[in-house]
Amino acid sequence: MEGDLAYIGAGLAGMGTGIAALGVGNVAANFLAGALRNPSAAASQTATLFIGIAFAEALGIFSFLVALLLMFAV
Amino acid sequence: MGKLFFYVALALVLVSGVLFAPEHAGLAIHPMDQFGVESLFGGDHIAWYTPTNVTLWMLLAVVAIIAVLVLGSSNRGIVPSRAQSVAELAYGFIYKMVEDVTGKDAVKFFPYIMTLFMFIVTANFLGLIPMSFTTTSHFAVTAVLAVLVFVTVTITGFVLHGAKFLGLFWVSSAPLALRPILAIIELISYFVRPVSHCIRLAGNVMAGHAVLKVFAGFAGALGAGAFLPIFAITAVYALEVLVAFIQAYVFTILTCVYLKDALHPSH
Amino acid sequence: MASTTHDAGHGAADAAHGAVDAAAHGSSGMPQLDFSTYGNQIFWLLVTLVVIYLILSRVALPRIAAILNERQGTITNDLAAAEDLKAKAVEAENAYNKALADARAEAQRIAAETRAEIQAEVDEAIAKADEEISAKAADSEKAIAEIRAGALESVKIVASDTASALVAALGGKDDADAVASAVAKRTEG
Repeated sequence: MEGDLAYIGAGLAGMGTGIAALGVGNVAANFLAGALRNPSAAASQTATLFIGIAFAEALGIFSFLVALLLMFAV
Repeated sequence: MGKLFFYVALALVLVSGVLFAPEHAGLAIHPMDQFGVESLFGGDHIAWYTPTNVTLWMLLAVVAIIAVLVLGSSNRGIVPSRAQSVAELAYGFIYKMVEDVTGKDAVKFFPYIMTLFMFIVTANFLGLIPMSFTTTSHFAVTAVLAVLVFVTVTITGFVLHGAKFLGLFWVSSAPLALRPILAIIELISYFVRPVSHCIRLAGNVMAGHAVLKVFAGFAGALGAGAFLPIFAITAVYALEVLVAFIQAYVFTILTCVYLKDALHPSH
Repeated sequence: MASTTHDAGHGAADAAHGAVDAAAHGSSGMPQLDFSTYGNQIFWLLVTLVVIYLILSRVALPRIAAILNERQGTITNDLAAAEDLKAKAVEAENAYNKALADARAEAQRIAAETRAEIQAEVDEAIAKADEEISAKAADSEKAIAEIRAGALESVKIVASDTASALVAALGGKDDADAVASAVAKRTEG
């Protein structure tokens, strides 16, 4: 029974990965919007873009990790 | 020509799916088995010095780095060979990153950052070889890398700026009443840095490899219908090649960003 | 096909059982959380990092930096040389243009000189011709004047002869002197 509950929890935690994907998409979309408005400044900001994406994605990876922990370690 | 090749490949996949279909078709997916640490020369007990597949693939990473950076540049050509231009590209890429993100005075950290980048990027790409072992998919490895960065940043900050380095947490641009709260938040985020730094890399690599393994399991279960998962594997593999580089890049650039805090802690 | 799906379903159930079993056995589920291998991984990672660091900082990075510097130097030198050659080319072009302009001026000068010479010759010839013409005209005039003088003389002689003949015919005395003076008087008047 407890194992089954862990699987349900893992599924719920896995949803967090998708929600993080929204965040990553948001970062990329806003970067693109800004880059199209001011293309000359875009090249200098790609590093910032990747840092932003990395921070947003890290949280998704956290929830993926929680799902893994629930599946394999609890 | 391309179309013909495509159909031949498709036919091969279908035929092999029929010929080599498992006796009891079923989902036997063990996505995490590929990450197992095993002793190279038998024996169940793994002591700290035992040569394991970790040792082997780290050694291969060192060999690959030597092949590209040392042997590739041994001609010292004014007009570079292929390997030499790869070495020069990697050098210029990281050097420019350190200079742009951290500042000109951070050049003394350049060999250290280059070591991190080269190790991560080589380990990631070596891990993409089928049947290989990905050292960067283990938290033990990435945690050491992240803690090394954390310790380097903290020590550099205190050595260069002494107690003033604590000003990093005291946001002087915020209203006075908010500053203690912000200081607590900043302090927590400072200590969460190595955690996210390590989990981001290992989690990304692990997730990608697990997804590949899951699709491979589908392919094994579907027999002649296996071409669908195989296409999916191809697509995910391409994505993983991208991720392998981007995660190394992200790890390195975050190292540069954290180092900037240590060198120029003006908040 | 339906039976395959059925089997697959069974397989999935088996796999799930396997996972649950593995979870029950603990560490075998996720090798990343098997702490017994941590010491091994960390040890070999540190060895690897130290080796890579030494290789990079002692051999690879100084060499690549030297190569890049050398190339930069070569490029700078080549650029300077190219600049030099370009300046030389511009100089040569200027010299060429100057030579061309000089040659053109010379040609014009020669042409003008020649023209002037020819003009002088022509003028001289014309002057000479004019002179000759005027000399000839003077000669002719002189001849005409002589002829005219001759004619006047002849007229005087004829007139005096005629006058003497008339005087003789009219029965007058042939006084030559008086006739001559009378004729001269008449012809002059």
